[in-house]
Amino acid sequence: MNTIHKSRRSFLKTAGAAALGSTLPISLIELAFADTAENFTFAYISDAHIQHIEGTRFVRNWDRGLIRAVAETNLLVPKPDFVFFGGDLAQLGTKAELDHGAEIMSALRYKVHYVMGEHDYYLDLGDYWEQLFGAQYYSFNHKGVHFVVLNSIRTYDDWTFNRWPSNEQRMLEMAGLDNPNGSPFMVGEEQRNWLKSDLSKVAKTTPIVVLSHSPLQKIFRGWNFWTEDAEEIQALLKPFDKVSVIYGHVHQIQYNQIGNISFNSVMATAWPWPYPQSYAQAEQYLPKLTVPMNRADPFFERDATGWQFINTSNGNVDLHYTLYNNTARSVVYNTKTKQPEDSAYQREDARIPPQTHF
Amino acid sequence: MNLKPIKAILLLPLALALATPTASADEFTDADLERWQQQFMGVVQQGRDLWTSPELGTNGVACAQCHPNAANTHPETYPKFQKQLGKVVPMWEMINWCLKNPLEGQPLAADDPKMTAIQAYVTHERRGVTLEPGKH
Repeated sequence: MNTIHKSRRSFLKTAGAAALGSTLPISLIELAFADTAENFTFAYISDAHIQHIEGTRFVRNWDRGLIRAVAETNLLVPKPDFVFFGGDLAQLGTKAELDHGAEIMSALRYKVHYVMGEHDYYLDLGDYWEQLFGAQYYSFNHKGVHFVVLNSIRTYDDWTFNRWPSNEQRMLEMAGLDNPNGSPFMVGEEQRNWLKSDLSKVAKTTPIVVLSHSPLQKIFRGWNFWTEDAEEIQALLKPFDKVSVIYGHVHQIQYNQIGNISFNSVMATAWPWPYPQSYAQAEQYLPKLTVPMNRADPFFERDATGWQFINTSNGNVDLHYTLYNNTARSVVYNTKTKQPEDSAYQREDARIPPQTHF
Repeated sequence: MNLKPIKAILLLPLALALATPTASADEFTDADLERWQQQFMGVVQQGRDLWTSPELGTNGVACAQCHPNAANTHPETYPKFQKQLGKVVPMWEMINWCLKNPLEGQPLAADDPKMTAIQAYVTHERRGVTLEPGKH
């Protein structure tokens, strides 16, 4: 038995003992490479959507999702090396929301790296968020892995700077997922140039993990399950042996393989979203590979939120989802077909009725 | 019993109707169709406004936050057995469940114009989908 499996088993055992097994709305990600001494894990919390009502009142439901993720992340064994927050800490980008979210996040006993979401950004273009959390895009190395964080939710300058009478109006227009006045997300030229320069210093054999809020692939433009310059980003990542893109925004399980790049989404702590095929009036491109998560039952307040740990043994990505009120899922990289596949439900005839979305 | 005044009242509109043949109940024009569609789409728009409104409940949460384009509401499947309620319900009962719980608001009467508008919007977003009452 190798160290990777042992540590995973030990984690599960501990989690089970603490009665956390099916309730953690966070993602624990394990990266395992040739040198097992360098193995490490990180946790991933995303899409909290802290929403201010007035005065000191915030929407209780969304608060509870984040508070729970933070509390349970603190109980993780083995301890993660750090935590990622995948964007949309706030609902309308206000100081009140960002401060309240930061206060809840401050209970974490780990270093936290933040990713920018559109709900954090479009009020002041990330000004206050930067004061709290730092740069909007950056990279760092950790135990042999090169991490890249992008602000992937920018859009056309004309929309951002010339379209709206006030910053508040701009925020409201982008906050509506299905708002036809919205605009497609993009990384943009400035960050693409930075990324090109950043990656030029990295060996092609170094595993790359890219964190973005929106999928760096095109799934459904109407809800911005989409990044306008996805192909250009993919082209910059193409020369590397092992690339993983992990994204938030979609509030649901998605996975895909494009060339050398594995794509995986993480769950929201706030609420689940429908799969785009359940909107009858528009075309969408959910990766054929993705076996959807079970349909959410709104009577369970935290249903269809969940957590997963990912190990990238040999640089490929295996996801183990544990979902509140649902059976656990495993999406494992198949070295023969060279794509992620669900270990139980991938075959058409193996799927269960709740995975049918219409 | 004196019926004469009533007859007179009944005969008057009949006479007017005969004088204007386009008002017959079994005929309508393109202009009528257009007007009726406009009336319907006006209510659909009211429904969309309510769907995205932070004012419908008490906590600022809007229907559209969880149901963009009213997806995952499935108006074509109602009435159906709603397992969480343990009985067959029409759609407006589920809408009220959402108003009371995620929106922390008050339920609407079944014939409240707001309830009509919400159902008009939700159904319009599912236009073209086969009716499948009872489907889960």
